[in-house]
Amino acid sequence: MSTNYEDRPRGGGYDADDDSDRRSMGGRGGGRRIHRRRVCRFCIDKVDLIDFKDVRLLLNYLPERGKILPRRISGNCATHQRMLAEAIKRARNIALLPYTTD
Amino acid sequence: MDKKRQYEVVFIVDPTVDDEVTKLTDNFKQVVLDQGGSVTKAESMGKRQLAYEILHKKEGTFVLMEIEGSGHEIAELERRMRVNDRILRYLTVRVDEDRRRADKLKGRRAAKAAKRTSHGAQGRRGAAPEFSADSSGE
Repeated sequence: MSTNYEDRPRGGGYDADDDSDRRSMGGRGGGRRIHRRRVCRFCIDKVDLIDFKDVRLLLNYLPERGKILPRRISGNCATHQRMLAEAIKRARNIALLPYTTD
Repeated sequence: MDKKRQYEVVFIVDPTVDDEVTKLTDNFKQVVLDQGGSVTKAESMGKRQLAYEILHKKEGTFVLMEIEGSGHEIAELERRMRVNDRILRYLTVRVDEDRRRADKLKGRRAAKAAKRTSHGAQGRRGAAPEFSADSSGE
């Protein structure tokens, strides 16, 4: 497995542009929850390991504030969310990702 | 079980002494070898922006090393990196257990897929000739 450290675009993440798994609340009052995934991206892609050096992938799960995107939004399964959180925390430690952004 | 452990060590070198990165890496390699470990990979991830300032520095040269050994060489390596002023930060991750788990999952998935295809194909192939043989015999 060769790892490319350049920031390359990757599928996955809550803001990926496919409408298929996005549930719109519809109407005027809704719109609070625009993105909502029901399936785990990592399960679909059959990911067994999440590398903390893959910044491009991890950034998909880090909204503007730099907090880890919760499972209820991303739709990740517990196993993969755990792996993802671990990877993000490692990346933060080595200054690949921010702890906070303002 | 006396299996060797695998580690991934990433460290950030002060970019103002950029020309010394290879020297430093070789130095660390030697430390690992002296302690009885082996270096399976040592590569530079290049100079990149730090996500936050470390010691008032905004950039750093990232180096990735993959080490195999008992764990003693990691202790020595980390001690050296702590002492070295040019190392802004380091991170060691033990990877063998996770990799083994990933391989296991992958193997299981492959086996499952193989079983499913062979099952379906054989079932159909096995049933069809028998049926035709039977019907021709009657």
